[in-house]
Formats: sequence, structure tokens, C-alpha cells
Amino acid sequence: MRAYRSWGRYPEATPAAVVPVVWRSDPPPLERARGPLLAYACGRSYGDSCLNDGGVLLDVRRLDRLISFDGERGLLCCEAGVTLAQILDLVVPRGWFLPVVPGTRWVSVGGAIANDIHGKNHHRAGTFGAHVTRLELLRSSGERITCTPADPIFQSTVGGLGLTGVILWAEIALKRVPGAGIAMERIRFPDLNGFLELAAEDARFEYTVAWVDCLARGRRLGRGVYLRGDHAPLERTAPSPLEAQRLRVPMDAPGGLVNAFTMRLFNEAYYRAGLRARRRATVPYAPFFFPLDAVGEWTRLYGPKGFVQYQCVVPDTPNGEAIRTVFDRIAGSGEAASLAVLKRFGDLGSPGWLSFPRPGLTLAVDFPFRGASTLRLLDELDAVVAAAGGAVYPAKDARMSPASFRAFFPAAERLETQRDPRFSSSFWRRVRAA
Amino acid sequence: MRPDGLRVLVVGASSAIATETARAYAERGARLVVTARTPERGEAVAADLRVRGAAEVRALTLDVTDHAGGTAVIDQAWTAFGGFDVALLAAGVLPDQLRCEADGAAAVAALDVNLVGIVALLTPLANRFGAAGRGCIAVIGSVAGDRGRQSNYVYGAAKGGLDRFLQGLRNRLHRSGVAVVTLKPGFVDTPMTSAMDQGPLFVSARRAGRAVYRAIERRRDVAYVPWFWRPIMLVVRAIPERVFKRLRL
Ligand SMILES: Cc1cc2nc3c(=O)[nH]c(=O)nc-3n(C[C@H](O)[C@H](O)[C@H](O)COP(=O)(O)OP(=O)(O)OC[C@H]3O[C@@H](n4cnc5c(N)ncnc54)[C@H](O)[C@@H]3O)c2cc1C
Ligand SMILES: NC(=O)c1ccc[n+]([C@@H]2O[C@H](COP(=O)([O-])OP(=O)(O)OC[C@H]3O[C@@H](n4cnc5c(N)ncnc54)[C@H](OP(=O)(O)O)[C@@H]3O)[C@@H](O)[C@H]2O)c1
Repeated sequence: MRAYRSWGRYPEATPAAVVPVVWRSDPPPLERARGPLLAYACGRSYGDSCLNDGGVLLDVRRLDRLISFDGERGLLCCEAGVTLAQILDLVVPRGWFLPVVPGTRWVSVGGAIANDIHGKNHHRAGTFGAHVTRLELLRSSGERITCTPADPIFQSTVGGLGLTGVILWAEIALKRVPGAGIAMERIRFPDLNGFLELAAEDARFEYTVAWVDCLARGRRLGRGVYLRGDHAPLERTAPSPLEAQRLRVPMDAPGGLVNAFTMRLFNEAYYRAGLRARRRATVPYAPFFFPLDAVGEWTRLYGPKGFVQYQCVVPDTPNGEAIRTVFDRIAGSGEAASLAVLKRFGDLGSPGWLSFPRPGLTLAVDFPFRGASTLRLLDELDAVVAAAGGAVYPAKDARMSPASFRAFFPAAERLETQRDPRFSSSFWRRVRAA
Repeated sequence: MRPDGLRVLVVGASSAIATETARAYAERGARLVVTARTPERGEAVAADLRVRGAAEVRALTLDVTDHAGGTAVIDQAWTAFGGFDVALLAAGVLPDQLRCEADGAAAVAALDVNLVGIVALLTPLANRFGAAGRGCIAVIGSVAGDRGRQSNYVYGAAKGGLDRFLQGLRNRLHRSGVAVVTLKPGFVDTPMTSAMDQGPLFVSARRAGRAVYRAIERRRDVAYVPWFWRPIMLVVRAIPERVFKRLRL
């Protein structure tokens, strides 16, 4: 049996059984299944939203077939286990691109829908789910539902954390691009105000994102590197490797290589990299979008205890107070925060009832998991985020409390009306506990 | 993506390995006939191959235990495409060894699919390819056919029998210009092995399917998939029987 872990390798969970889902024409494979069900795809979620401790994981990775492609209108229909890597390999040479991509190409279409993922173009394109035109759901009863964006079952499945049943296939509206390149600009900024000024220009660019040194304090708080870019012509690019791992990190780093000291060195080096404060270049799309895909299993650098990612969004305020407080708390905590990703979400509405993105600043940062001290910091951050009227991203979460979840996602009650009664996850049981 | 007019027949195209090999042909614009036991699966694979660039794909239904029916499907495919450049036979089952030990009928059923069913198709295919005087017949055997082991000798017997049959067929067809390729995968992560503990020797269906494609294109006589099984099986075959019989394998 393969490993069924989440990307952060924390928490651990053991399914009672794993049942492959191989053909979209087959009935739900439930003869032997006892306990709650949950689809598992590429396991690129960080926490426990793709885990089902003591339940049945339905491994959907074999649902990897393409169904149709309308090269005139850019409509792609494919099974839900198809990875974004496979889609890009197919459509980029034909002049199309996915409307939204996350920071790795090794996620499935089903996972992209279930977490209603966002990318560096959220300010222009909204979420992945906003570009899904149809999908088919298989319920545990054997019922099959083909739905479109106007249907409640569609709106609860997008961002629905896999709880409404198994997505069998989906139809996605692609966008035209001039080639396989990205004309990008890399700009260093000295502090959070520098970030906010650059973010004010976002509308002029398709993709924008910043890397911020979370360990910098005082005058330097919020310093970092801004990346922005647009699609550009470029002849050929190498296709994705056959499988996710290429250069593998061969084993867990004993005790973990990541601590506050190594992180500080790394963050400093990243900030200083490149002598000039501003650089322009046209690069292939893969290193622009998926820099971490070049190293397989890099999460092992964090050691056997794994790590947690924290991603929140807080509404915009003129001076970015809430996000300043978040940075302050992180830098003051002594936890080994990685480089953080900071971006301003646009105000396009998300199609899913439980979609995470909403207008404001979103910050994502990794912490090696060190037990109580890590958890204490993240609880504090939750309080800051809740007070500001923001939310924390379930796809990255391993620890938020039921109370925090209710504050961030009041629509959870509504999702219950559409949830498949046999579906649940470790995450869902945790955040819905009384 | 330029259509190169290559005509490819895949029997058991719903197999995870064969699907990947068929994809490699689709991406270069080949024309394919794919067969599966159930029409829905054949159609699902055919649609995938079309989107990936195949110039033409037809799906037919074929159960290898129905010998007359199978031969008729081969005839139908041959007539439709006016012959083939490559035929890949991938259908197979991995029987439960313990059940086969308890119940002779289970062992016979496994041999029926893995050996008899494939031989039933190879005979008309060999005659058609032989008459055409060109092309390639490729069959997925297994490393399990290289030596009988207590843990899966029923499966191994079928794959080993296939190995011998293909040796003879290769010898027979060589002079008429037809290549016969025996593929011997080791452990591949497919639905067939989904219940097994997956150790480090497992490779993905994608990797195995692409290796099968390359072996066919190079007209290899016998190809281990991936290559590292060749030295492993060399060692396994070299162990004297009087030692081997004591091992728990
Ligand atoms: C390096 C890295 C960068 C990332 N960058 C971003 C980013 O920029 N933006 C962003 O939004 N996210 C990002 N993510 C998170 C990732 O995009 C999401 O967690 C995504 O949902 C993972 O998809 P998956 O295929 O791995 O699904 P899994 O993690 O296996 O599952 C995720 C959820 O989808 C459900 N699911 C999967 N398949 C199906 C199906 N067929 N039917 C029903 N439910 C299903 C599961 O039940 C589970 O609830 C990143 C992750 C990594 C590792
Ligand atoms: N996986 C491994 O580790 C491994 C190792 C060595 C050799 N092999 C061989 O590789 C080949 C492909 O197997 P796979 O690993 O890709 O597994 P798979 O996905 O389970 O494929 C097996 C295929 O055989 C088909 N089949 C079974 N009985 C049939 C019948 N009576 N008539 C027609 N088709 C039939 C199945 O069709 P349905 O979809 O209708 O069931 C399925 O398409 C097999 O010959 C297998 O023995 C596999």
C-alpha cells in the first residue's frame, strides 16, 4: 500500500482501508467499506483535510483520463484525478493555459475544485472553481449528479473539502496565451509599505506575488521580493517529468534542518539574491509558477515531525495593521518561520460556499512542527485574524479550533445540507467537534 | 503531434500499463484500435487517446476467454485498418495463489486468461502479420514467468508458457520480417497490484508503459520493465534448484 499522508506530514492518520476508484463508469466501490468515506488525490493539502483517520480513503488518482478538448473555445473535459501538470503538458503547446494554477503542478482537478484553489492571478481571475463550467458527482448512494454553477450542489462541491461525494470529471474553461513564457519582473522592497505600494499596481499584471522575510523586525518588518508577470511568447519548454519526484531528498533530515537560525540565513540570502533591486526576464512558465516542484519530497528537510503551514486572509486596511500584527507575533515568537508568501486577493467573489479567498491580504508561512509552542503561536494568530474579520485556509490547516472555524466559515451549516451523509474527513470531525 | 499514420492494435487497453503505452502512440498521431472487456472502459480510453492527439481511435469489445469472438474482433480490426504495424497484447489477471491451491478451477481460469486466451489471439495475429511480412507483435509477460515460486506459480506458469510460445513464434516469424517482443514487467503500481505492499522496486504505470513503448519501437526481443529486472532475474534464474526449493519466495 502506498503512503497516505498530507503534505505537511503532520498530523499522522491511518485509514482503516484504501479503495481505489478507477473507472468513472463504475458504481461506488463500497462493498467492503465501513466507516466514513473521503476522496484522496495527490495529497498536496498540508494538514488533515485530505486524511480520514479510521475511515475509508477512496484513492482517485487513477481517474486520470481526458474526455474531450474543444480547441476552438478552450473547453477541456477530464476526469478528476488528472493533474494540472498533465493538462499543461497537453494545452500549452496548443496555445492555452489553465485559468488558475497553485504553487505546484502536482495537484488534481478534483483537489483543485474541493479546495477551490487560488493562484497568483486571483486579483484578475478569482478562484479555480470560477472557471469550472460543469462537473459530475458520484454519491455514496450510487446517484450521479451532473451540475453547473447555478446549482446548490455545485456551489457546495466547489470549496466543499471533498464532503459532497466523489467528483468524477469536470469541464474547465481555459484561457488563450501567446506562448509558454512569462515576462516577469522581480523587485526588492524594504518594508511592508513598500509591499503595499507595489500591490497597488497589481491591476496592470496578470500574476503578482511577494516573498516576505517573516523574521525581519522593526524597520525591516515586511521586507521582501515582489514577483509579477504576464504570459509571453516562448518557443518550447520541457514537458513535466513523468512523476512528481525528480531530485529527491532521500530521507528525513535527522531532527530537521530547519530552525530559526538556518531560516534567518536563508531568508537573508533570498532577500539579497541578485545584486540589483529590480530585474526583468522572460522565463519558462514552470519555474515561475512551480519553483518547489524541482525538488521531490523537500518537506523531508523538516525532519520526521513534519511541519505546518499557516495561511490566512485579512481584509484590507489603509496601513495593513492586521498583517503587521501577524508579522510581529511571528517574528517575536522564536518559531522558525520560512519565507512567507504575501499577496493581495482581488474582490471577485468565490463560487463556493466554503471557498477561502475573500478580498484582502493573504499570507502563507511554514513552521517546523515543534509541538505546543507552535500551536500556541498559531492560536494567537487565529485570534488576530478573527478580530480582523479574516479566515484561515482549511487546505493548509492541521489545528484550528472548532470556534475559529465557525467564525471563519459560517456557511459550514449550509454545507451540511449538501454533504454526502457517508463522507467525512479528519479535518471535518475536528472542526465540527462540539 | 504530426499524424504519422502508424496503425496500432492494443488488446486489453484498459490495463493501466497498456493505456500509458497507447498514450505514447497517441501523442505521435498514430491510429489505434483498442479493445477492452467492457465497452465503457474501452470508450473511456479511446476518448483519452483522441484528446492526446491520436489521428483515429476505434474501441471494440473483446474478452480473451472467448476465443472465437476474439478472433472475429481481430479480423474486424484488421479489415478496418487494412492491417497493423504494432499489436500489443496486455490482458491479464493476477490470481489469488492460495485460492488456486485450494481450487483447481481457479488455477485453470487464470491460465485461461493469461496463457490460453493470449495464444488464441496470437495464432491469427501471427498469420496475418506473417502474410503482411512486416510489423511487430508485442506481449506483456512478467518476471514471474522466469522462475516458479511458491507465492505465485500459477500466474508464473502462464507467463512462463507465454515466454516459450513467444520464443518459438519469434523464431518462426523472424524470416518474414515480423518482430516479436516479449515484455517482462516487475512490480508496477496498477489496479492489479493495488492490494500489495508497495516496496521500493515498484514503478508507476506511466513509467512502465513508456518503457514498453520504447522496447516496441526498438524491436527488442525480450525487454525487462524497467531494465533493472534483467540483472535481478539473472541472479534469480542462476540459483540451483536444490537451493531454490528451500527459499521462501
Ligand atoms: C507546494 C505547494 C503549493 C501550493 N500552492 C497553493 C496555492 O498557491 N494556492 C492554493 O489554493 N493552494 C495551494 N496549495 C494547496 C493545494 O493546491 C491544495 O491542497 C489542493 O487541493 C491539493 O490537491 P490534491 O489533488 O493534492 O488533493 P488532496 O490534497 O489529495 O485532497 C484535497 C481535498 O480534495 C478532496 N478531493 C480530491 N479529489 C477529489 C475528488 N475526485 N472528488 C471529491 N473530492 C476530492 C479531498 O477529499 C480533500 O478534501 C499548494 C500545495 C503545495 C504542496
Ligand atoms: N502490475 C504489475 O506489477 C505487473 C507485473 C508483471 C506483469 N504484469 C502484466 O501486465 C499486464 C497489464 O496489467 P496491469 O498491471 O496494467 O493491470 P490492470 O490495469 O489490472 O490490467 C489488466 C487488464 O487485463 C484485462 N483483462 C483481464 N481479464 C481479461 C479478459 N478475460 N479479457 C480481456 N481483458 C482482460 C483487464 O480488463 P478489465 O479492465 O475489464 O478488468 C485489464 O485491462 C498484464 O498482463 C499483467 O499480467 C503486470
